[in-house]
Amino acid sequence: MNQATAMRDLKALKEHARQLRVEILKMLTESGSGHTGGSLSAADIVAALYFYKMRHRPDDPKWRERDRFILSKGHAAPLLYAALALTGYFDKGLLRTLRKIDSSLQGHPSSKMLKGIEVSTGSLGQGLSIANGIALGLRMDGLESRVYCLLGDGEIEEGQVWEAAMTAAHYRLDNLCAIIDNNGLQIDGLCCDVMNIEPITAKWDAFGWNVIDIDGHDMEQIVNALDEAEGIKGRPTVIVARTVKGKGVSFFEGKAEYHGIAPTGEELERALKELGGDGR
Amino acid sequence: MEGKPLSAVKAAQSIATRDAYGNALLELGRRRDDVVVLDADLSGSTKTGKFATAFPERFFNIGISEQDMIGTAGGLSLTGKLPFASTFAIFETGRAWEQIRQTICYSRLNVKLVATHGGITVGEDGASHQALEDIALMRVIPDMTVIVPADGLETEQVINAVAEYSGPVYVRLGRAKVPVVMPEDYRFRIGKAYTFHTGRDANIIATGIMVAAALEARQVLEAEGLDVGVINMSTIKPIDEDAVITAAEASGLIVTAEEHSIIGGLGGAVCEVVSEKRPAIVKRIGVRDEFGRSGKPDELLRFYGLTAFDIIKAIKEARCHPPLKL
Repeated sequence: MNQATAMRDLKALKEHARQLRVEILKMLTESGSGHTGGSLSAADIVAALYFYKMRHRPDDPKWRERDRFILSKGHAAPLLYAALALTGYFDKGLLRTLRKIDSSLQGHPSSKMLKGIEVSTGSLGQGLSIANGIALGLRMDGLESRVYCLLGDGEIEEGQVWEAAMTAAHYRLDNLCAIIDNNGLQIDGLCCDVMNIEPITAKWDAFGWNVIDIDGHDMEQIVNALDEAEGIKGRPTVIVARTVKGKGVSFFEGKAEYHGIAPTGEELERALKELGGDGR
Repeated sequence: MEGKPLSAVKAAQSIATRDAYGNALLELGRRRDDVVVLDADLSGSTKTGKFATAFPERFFNIGISEQDMIGTAGGLSLTGKLPFASTFAIFETGRAWEQIRQTICYSRLNVKLVATHGGITVGEDGASHQALEDIALMRVIPDMTVIVPADGLETEQVINAVAEYSGPVYVRLGRAKVPVVMPEDYRFRIGKAYTFHTGRDANIIATGIMVAAALEARQVLEAEGLDVGVINMSTIKPIDEDAVITAAEASGLIVTAEEHSIIGGLGGAVCEVVSEKRPAIVKRIGVRDEFGRSGKPDELLRFYGLTAFDIIKAIKEARCHPPLKL
């Protein structure tokens, strides 16, 4: 377990999030394709999970008592790969192979090809059902482990998400925490123009969930929400994280066109300057 | 010869394969505490209700939401459980096809999809509930194993065999009672066909309820002096290529028989083997690229040409008017 970082050090967590963003941009530029906007928007959330909240052992990925992370929005694979590399699941050099023919870093996560991936995702709307099944299984085994499932906001347009929302509430899965990366954009534009998903919090509340509404880039709010969720009994929690697509790089922020486009070499240089640090 | 009782099979022991499943699942649940069962509001019809009554803490009714059921089953398997997920064949394989592909097969999860109400013998409920495409839908997904038991005896063995096998499996069962056709000493193995007899004049490769019809056809034709073989191809994927090649070499005329579309199911799978490995004439008995309809199971089998009579007719026609030299 990465005990060294498993403390509530907001400054350190923000630095981890910054490093995740740097790695995301570098690997995407190298691969020449991939999902930039939605990887950057969830970087703070994933930093809080992998460097603070989740009990996991990078040198023992199948540790029975680990907390589980399901990336339902599988297109944010670069973010997950960066988190796995920076917590020590595999060598950071592997990140440079993203999307290449002989790489285990597929365009969307493949559990058969890469350790640390719980289940293959990429087709939207399926992760929450899987998280429910894991939560049921963990509870049957009397384990304290928790399940975290990251969804996109456009993703909740999928009907299966609401089937799973009913199931989680019906079976009172309080060992489950869903997080919605509410960056307000999907491929074709604003969610409210493509298919209005609001009111998000009222919907989850009506489905029987404990709802926590936060600024998804405020590290203190993120860790507070994750801590609060752990204490909620008898029902699942959803954290609606209000985020900005492309967060951290001014010229990517709030732009739907950077949903599925990688930075150019020139854009990478400018982005790394904005993100600061040594950029290694 | 239509509708007459089968003398070649033990009609007295008729049991629907779904009933055999319910019993086998209950026994399996008694033996193994890692077995969990999911259903989508059809546990009375799929017969998973027996397991639910005995082991309520290991049974999860997911409601009328097949896609969610598949994902939940996948999640349970990730915690080391052995999930059996059941509903009607068309809803399991059709409604949740992409969930089966993405979540179950692409991750190669150890989930057993056991669907009932395959084929037209669903009866009066009609086309919406009659799966005629499910074998094709499951066969095309990488890493999926597809099994269609012929009778209650084989169903029980299939359930136990798939429980021992690690990986995704689709088992297709039926609603209506079927006679016992497999010999008492038969032992099912995944990927191994059972050859009742290899014929010199024609060989029938059948699956599911059509094995009984094939045996009846063989009996009639034998009395007329024709040597006709019968193979029960219960595992459709991976198909027993050796059994198909042996049949093609012995007679050069194969008739496939299945309660499924002639496209993409057993007939398609057999054609793929013979066309690449040992060319032979293949006549496909099945539903001919159309939807089902309401009616009694026996009426429907006659309406869609899925009887022993239809198999006999296909063999005789192929022998009288061979499309190619046999």
